[in-house]
Amino acid sequence: MSTPTVRAVRAPVVVAGASMAGLRAAEQLRAAGWDGPVTLVGAEPHMPYNRPPLSKEVLAGKASFESLAFRPRASVADVTWRLGTRVTAADLDRRTVRLDDGDTLPYAGLVIATGMRPRRLTCPGPLAGRHAVRTLDDARGLRAALTRPGARVVVVGAGFIGCEVAATAVALGAAEVTVVDPLPLPMVGPLGELLAAALRKRHENRGVRFALGTGVTAFEGEDHVTGVVLGDGAVLPADVVVESVGSVANTEWLDGNGLDLADGVRTDAHLRAGGRPEVVAVGDVARFPNARYDGVPRRVEHWSIPTDTARHAARVLTARLTGEQHDPDPFAPLPTFWSDQHDFRLQSFGAPALGKADVRVLDGDPDGDVLAGYHRGGRLVGVVALGGPTAAAAAARHRTALLKQPARTA
Amino acid sequence: MKVVVDMNKCQDHGQCVFAAPDVFSFDDAGRLAYVGDPDDALRDEVEEAADVCPLQAIRIEG
Repeated sequence: MSTPTVRAVRAPVVVAGASMAGLRAAEQLRAAGWDGPVTLVGAEPHMPYNRPPLSKEVLAGKASFESLAFRPRASVADVTWRLGTRVTAADLDRRTVRLDDGDTLPYAGLVIATGMRPRRLTCPGPLAGRHAVRTLDDARGLRAALTRPGARVVVVGAGFIGCEVAATAVALGAAEVTVVDPLPLPMVGPLGELLAAALRKRHENRGVRFALGTGVTAFEGEDHVTGVVLGDGAVLPADVVVESVGSVANTEWLDGNGLDLADGVRTDAHLRAGGRPEVVAVGDVARFPNARYDGVPRRVEHWSIPTDTARHAARVLTARLTGEQHDPDPFAPLPTFWSDQHDFRLQSFGAPALGKADVRVLDGDPDGDVLAGYHRGGRLVGVVALGGPTAAAAAARHRTALLKQPARTA
Repeated sequence: MKVVVDMNKCQDHGQCVFAAPDVFSFDDAGRLAYVGDPDDALRDEVEEAADVCPLQAIRIEG
């Protein structure tokens, strides 16, 4: 009697999400020594591309897709791309994910990289004329609207994307650009009052108007938006509305597996989810404790995070799958962000949001190039420069000191 | 290994200087300078520099 031979097929590492974090995860799996199969599943039809230009160069018509596309490392030439395909469900006990084309993929390891989608306003009114900016197709659609002569633009939400889009809209020649936000100053959440006030002044000097301390209650118009109704009853005429009011984690596909999905995927100090060593989360969907600070799990939507998380998570996951010894320190990235608006740049190192109660001007003054230091318990936890290249260089000089501070777990 | 930086894309963020200080630096005028043919022993840090460039302006050949 002979036993039928079953050819052992190694299950792949499935990377759910094929944007920057997914690509970096695949590359870092290879760099860490995983030579088994890798399958990336991505909802968008495009190969991974760089998103920061969407609110600037793409809107301004200065960037082609080719100039945005990442150049994948040669090490991932053999991975399988399932683009234009969504993951719809996962069974973490059986180690399978289901796709919207009906396929079920078994996995040896799972990388959660499904990212975020824009939060949309739910107040009443027409949908046409309202935009969000997350994908290349979003940005192209918004560009077409912004470049119509005489466009009156209302940006709802004065965060990174809202401020960048407002600046680009002015540069494109929009007739009116108004930014609405319930908070009293633009970007006050990440920056604190000192720099947020300086930022507001710069925008106003360049033609952006603000309606602050008020929200949006409705949109006017029949088939297409013609106005935005504010909380105080005022109406801003509008041909184009941009909603930049935060984002929602794409985690519905993970429901029913006992994970903490309250705001993204809660992970441990090594980016593992649900106590499962073969499941990691990367990018802005991961809510991880940063050992450098207070150990409170947070999602971080900065551009540096996909790369940082992918490197750490891929090493941890590869060691698990190959049985190799790997005993890393807890994940403790130094956050960094930048934002280009009009002719100036915001450049940050560290975690300024943790030190907003104690902000000191370290260099320059808020009306010109300025460098602000953010302190917590008397300790410098972050710096933000606002201005030209000189200010950014001054911020960079503090990076080493911020890096050398001992990481500590709470 | 050959390193090429698209200087039309470069906006002087300096992330590459942090990642691979043996290969990338700022000159006295604050402009990026780099070694075009770094030793292969530096490959890991050069790859990291290419990863962290916000403009994705760094290309590694060979």
